[in-house]
Amino acid sequence: MSETSFVRTEMLAPKPAPVSQVGAIKWMRENLFSGPLNTALTILGVLATVWLVQAAAPWLLHGVWNANSLSECRAIIAAAHGPEATGACWAVIRVRWNQFLFGFYPVDQYWRLFVTFAGLFLALAPVLFDALPRKLLWGALLYPLVAFWLLWGGPIWGPVAVLAGFVILGLLFTALAPKLGVPVSAGVGLVAAALFWLYAAAPIEAALQSALPFALSEVDSDQFGGFLLALVIGVSAIVLSLPLGILLALGRQSDMLIVKSLSVGVIEFVRGVPLITLLFTASLLLQYFLPPGTSFDLILRVVILVTLFAAAYIAEVIRGGLAALPRGQYEAADALGLDYWQAQRLIIMPQALKISIPGIVSSFIGLFKDTTLVAFVGLFDPLKGISNVVRSDMAWKGTYWEPYIFVAVIFFLFNFSMSRYSMYLERKLKRDHR
Amino acid sequence: MALASDPPKAGFRLSMLIYDTRFRSITIQIVVLLLFLAGLVWLLNNAYVNLEAKGKDFNFSFLWTRAGYDLAQTLIPYSNDDTHLRALVIGLLNTLLVSFLGCILATVLGTIIGVLRLSQNWLVARIMTVYVETFRNIPLLLWILLMGTILAETRPVPKDFRLTEAMKAAGEEPKASMWFFDSVAVTNRGTNLPAPAFDHSLGVVDIGWNLPVSLNALAILAVMSASFWGWRRFIARAKAVQEATGTRPTTWWPSLLILFAPISALLYGLGFHLDYPQITRFDFTGGFQMLHSFTALLIALTLYTAAFIAEIVRAGIQAISKGQTEAAYALGLRPGRTMSLVILPQALRVIVPPLISQFLNLTKNSSLAIAVSYMDLRGTLGGITLNQTGRELECMMLMMGIYLTISLTISSLMNLYNKSIKLKER
Repeated sequence: MSETSFVRTEMLAPKPAPVSQVGAIKWMRENLFSGPLNTALTILGVLATVWLVQAAAPWLLHGVWNANSLSECRAIIAAAHGPEATGACWAVIRVRWNQFLFGFYPVDQYWRLFVTFAGLFLALAPVLFDALPRKLLWGALLYPLVAFWLLWGGPIWGPVAVLAGFVILGLLFTALAPKLGVPVSAGVGLVAAALFWLYAAAPIEAALQSALPFALSEVDSDQFGGFLLALVIGVSAIVLSLPLGILLALGRQSDMLIVKSLSVGVIEFVRGVPLITLLFTASLLLQYFLPPGTSFDLILRVVILVTLFAAAYIAEVIRGGLAALPRGQYEAADALGLDYWQAQRLIIMPQALKISIPGIVSSFIGLFKDTTLVAFVGLFDPLKGISNVVRSDMAWKGTYWEPYIFVAVIFFLFNFSMSRYSMYLERKLKRDHR
Repeated sequence: MALASDPPKAGFRLSMLIYDTRFRSITIQIVVLLLFLAGLVWLLNNAYVNLEAKGKDFNFSFLWTRAGYDLAQTLIPYSNDDTHLRALVIGLLNTLLVSFLGCILATVLGTIIGVLRLSQNWLVARIMTVYVETFRNIPLLLWILLMGTILAETRPVPKDFRLTEAMKAAGEEPKASMWFFDSVAVTNRGTNLPAPAFDHSLGVVDIGWNLPVSLNALAILAVMSASFWGWRRFIARAKAVQEATGTRPTTWWPSLLILFAPISALLYGLGFHLDYPQITRFDFTGGFQMLHSFTALLIALTLYTAAFIAEIVRAGIQAISKGQTEAAYALGLRPGRTMSLVILPQALRVIVPPLISQFLNLTKNSSLAIAVSYMDLRGTLGGITLNQTGRELECMMLMMGIYLTISLTISSLMNLYNKSIKLKER
């Protein structure tokens, strides 16, 4: 046993990792240059980005906000950056922003739009976030009538009469439901409300208006335009198409042959034709199918057909959700003795809707984008209608890019936040622990 | 005391129509049917009264009258003396053309983007995410208008391509130049491309209804399919020889010969060459001009739909669990075989149904052609014909019927496919 003097007695200090294995270089090696293909892709990506920035940056940086016409913009840019320089003329947005946002709505009535818009958020808040008190939902239900009155104006008694019809429906239903059951009392309520709207509403409205005149100045539908129009059509179609879509989906899943075939017919027809043909139907054909002499508002007609269009798509999305539910859920609901509507409301729909959230929200996004198509039936959507109006002014003739970019950014913000909200909802409602 | 097992009492009370589940569904269905029929009758009656009041009737005979308007892009011969029906067919063909090309291009682009979005490469994945989010969240109409504007506003006028004697003398270059060895010129009017031409053309035959079919194209098609068939036979023969003797005969040069010699000989015999566009005083002549209305619509539809297809492809690939790949490797399959035998068949089952519905969307969205005045079905039948004849009811119903037929055909094909690849569950 000899002494082993070559054994080291103290530990070496740890060495730092090689340069290529730490920090930015490691990250770049792993994420950008991990192989010949990846390296090529990175170089291509950098080149594309640089090219895009080079092409767009001077134009954006030379942008002019204060001018009164396109030629003035060009003069300012030429004076500041040389005669060959190009630049954005944002002045068109600064001068005409009110048209892009509100169309031809009377300027002294803008406060109504602001109130309506603020009200939209107040009404939406309890729907979107369930941490808020549930009583606020009544306000959300009341909101459509208030918004309608604020936007279009006229005597307040019109919306009040509509509301009174719903109150009659509700009162009759709650009074009769325990004795006669849900279907009969709902039918009686509906008939009573319809009779009230048809025959009693107009005289009561006139009487009240002469007794207590209280009205906002009326605004015609052709004064609507820009994002106001897109939001009016989009929001009302979104709100209306969800219940209609649920009904159509239930109809399609139903055991009743006639109900089922009618639902299938409606869904397949609406999904089979382009929205633009439905819009033309609204503007050209509806007059043929209504009693002679009736003509109602173009915006309303468009809302009805856009709602129908979106509802057919939502019905298919919800059908997917219903099909994804295990059979046992239906059987369990039956075993508990729930009737059809109770089972739907308490067991089936909460799960089916949860599954279909991404699809429903992407339908909503599609619907909101499709509101631009109303330009083709003569309404002033922000993208084509208002842009053309602005360009028809000699001062702004030839401004193409700025309006497009402005409108694109606003649409992007709306739709992107909608899709993010749907992701939040999906995460929140997730119950399985996968 | 009534027991649960008591048989139901005989006799029928009216209230059973509502409260007895055996009868309730019948009651509901009859009520729904009656309401539906009443509504239908009401609508038809209104239509009848309205048509009467306007002094119009309901018939389609206008389709056989002279159209009297010109169309820029026609896939089959057309002049303004032809009927509205022929204009309708031109529009339908234009719709189908842009939809078909759009579907192919969008699928290719969408697949590339979907795969790249899953790439390990941080930069490329981010760029593709930005692409997808940008295109999905901004209306298609904006992309169509933007493409139309880009092509019409940023491209030079044809005159700029001209090199005059004076400029030659002064040693100047024309302001704009053509691309790809002077074969492609993109002006503010259209894209001028070289067109195939034949010195010894076989001519055309009319197969009726003034539909000319080029004999050159038929001959080329016939020779190519014959070559392909011969090549398949040759490869099968080589395989048989290999099975029998163990050595595979040389196949590469006979394959090339079989595939390319006949078609080259035919093209040489026909005197095939490319007819290049030439600049004259005002515009290009020769070659083939693709209208910007078509190009803008095609590019916009492709870019927009590709963003949706990319998401579908990404979801399809992510839906296949990693265990499938590992299991295939454990079985000793090579990566290529793993992809073609294990991953793709499963991923396609997820990808194809939404992909087809994107194809349907693209076809329907092609009706936005109105934004760039591309004469598709809506432009001819639902546009000029409708305005000229004033027959809104007939034109709109016909147009909806045609779109509906296209959609239902595609979706029934999809259902057949779905059935064939469905998981066989027991």
